[in-house]
Amino acid sequence: MSQHLIIAPILIPFIVGALMLLYDDRQRRAKFWLSMGSTVLQLLVAVALVLRAKAGGADGSGSIGFYLLGDWQAPFGIVLVIDRLSAMMLVLTSLLAIPSLIYASTNVSRQGPHYYSLFQFLLVGLNGAFLTGDLFNLFVFFEVLLAASYGLLLHGSGQLRVRAGMHYIAMNLTASLLFLIGVSLIYGVTGTLNMAHLANMISSIAPEDRSFLHAGVAILSVAFLVKAGSWPLSFWLPTAYMAGAAPVAAMFAIMTKVGVYSILRLTMLVFGPSAGASTGFGAGMLILLGLATVIFGLLGLLASQTLGRMAAHSVLISSGTVLAVTGFAVAGGGEALLAAALYYMIGSTLATSALFLLIEPMNRQDGGIAAMLALTADVYGVDDSEIDEVPDPGFSVPATMTVLGICFGLCLLVLAGMPPLPGFIGKVAMIQQLLQNNGLPPGLNWTLIGLLMLSGFATLVGLARIGIQTFWAQDDAPPRVLALEIIPIAVLLLVVGLMTVKAEATLRYTTSTASALHQTASYAYGVFATPRAADRETTKRRGASE
Amino acid sequence: MELILSIAIGVLATSGIWLLLRPRSFQVIVGLCLLSYAVNLFIFSMGRLTPGRPAIMPKGGFVDPTIYADPLPQALVLTAIVISFATTALFLVVLLASRGLTGTDHVDGKERDQS
Repeated sequence: MSQHLIIAPILIPFIVGALMLLYDDRQRRAKFWLSMGSTVLQLLVAVALVLRAKAGGADGSGSIGFYLLGDWQAPFGIVLVIDRLSAMMLVLTSLLAIPSLIYASTNVSRQGPHYYSLFQFLLVGLNGAFLTGDLFNLFVFFEVLLAASYGLLLHGSGQLRVRAGMHYIAMNLTASLLFLIGVSLIYGVTGTLNMAHLANMISSIAPEDRSFLHAGVAILSVAFLVKAGSWPLSFWLPTAYMAGAAPVAAMFAIMTKVGVYSILRLTMLVFGPSAGASTGFGAGMLILLGLATVIFGLLGLLASQTLGRMAAHSVLISSGTVLAVTGFAVAGGGEALLAAALYYMIGSTLATSALFLLIEPMNRQDGGIAAMLALTADVYGVDDSEIDEVPDPGFSVPATMTVLGICFGLCLLVLAGMPPLPGFIGKVAMIQQLLQNNGLPPGLNWTLIGLLMLSGFATLVGLARIGIQTFWAQDDAPPRVLALEIIPIAVLLLVVGLMTVKAEATLRYTTSTASALHQTASYAYGVFATPRAADRETTKRRGASE
Repeated sequence: MELILSIAIGVLATSGIWLLLRPRSFQVIVGLCLLSYAVNLFIFSMGRLTPGRPAIMPKGGFVDPTIYADPLPQALVLTAIVISFATTALFLVVLLASRGLTGTDHVDGKERDQS
């Protein structure tokens, strides 16, 4: 029974999302509680999976769980794989999803139909992409999450959203086609789509075929890099993220991390130390693109006029940093560096998500909500009678600006990498590793150190400028903010705080995650050692009869 | 046959990419369609081109796999067709919404200045 827990993060949101499609949006409250229940359940499952991934393993390195879909033996069927990295990403996803849902319950979910279903389908795609061990299945889950994200981005409609959405969709459709070309090239060369099988075969590929395989993986990586927001492919990202409603943008903060995750997973597995002639392929390119993304992000952040754009550029800085470190790890930069980057990634994702939620309350002037609702009502042709019940008078937080200011300050501290929050711990741990002799050219190490410092400084300057404008140079009456909009931000920051207090435990977890990523053998061979459920049944029955 | 297929894929991809870079949203969507045809043919060709071999094997008994075509790429093509069909339909809706909201079919939602 317990092995079926692996597929639960995909099934729970899928069933709940489909169920909610049966009812129209008059049942909004019920839908909210249903999706809340589903998301909390996902968090519990994800935590259980983390505990399991941490516990097992003879040498304490953690166990990898495999789940054979349809009970097909490994290379023929699709497998789901849960190891430390994917369990960690699952927890991060549901940690972002819960605050985003609470925030959306205030008014965003009312701006259009089927918000909650789309949200659950986005979770299906995200969880599936983190769990799957098969390249084509990864494509399918990418499409699921993209299709849901198109709907969520366009949610609430309006000219800005439709325009940004069109660019976003065109970009991602093209990226999906590249994904298909890459996958089919890999299949054409190796005859397998199973990532573990691929990792096994990589060292024994004929030299004349190897360049085709490299081309396939490179084209595939372009598709991932588009999602990750890597530099020359990321010009759509700030506009799209800015156009989305606040809780949608907060959820999109993890979408770039899906791209980063896929690259990390694939390159470590396929081009790791045991890859023969292919070892370290693409490392230089990843480092270059990662560093370029950080530079683009920090310049964009300094040039931005609005908080939304700044938040989007800080997403770029965060994913660029992790991309560059992935390149370092593939080139042999050491496990501790990757561990620090993973820690930094969790912290910065949570902080950017909180920042996206803060944008709207911070910029809200009198009549902001009313104007927005009037606009959407216009688009959807809603009667006036229905609008009257919409603006919930709610509970106006006293000293709103103080609370908002504290939240904003905490986000700033994480993103700029100031002590004592995770941004600082992650960056210090990375710099510490870069200062040690890791066998890579020192110029490269110093460039990354410099960019880590510089990006933190740029974030500080940019965000402080906006903060001063909003909190100190504001003459207007403070905006009315619902408690339901502050709670999610507080929850996210609480998790960040927890990461700071429990920094050692978290870092220990990411360290063993990184070392598990470097030892590909248990992943690559574990899949084939997994017995089919039918075989297990017969052995059990035979054992019982004897 | 390899030559004809390669030329077909090449022509489809070239026209697709050219149209994709055009400023009108309808051209973009046609370009995406053509590009996805090219990609589908490409996936299909990755299962090797073998005339006169079915992809479905009979049930039971001894089966000689060499006289059958690789069924996997054909299954992949089917999935890819379905997904690209659905996403193209969605894109079409967004295109129409953009046309309705902005009054122009330029991809940026506004005409470029002709000065």
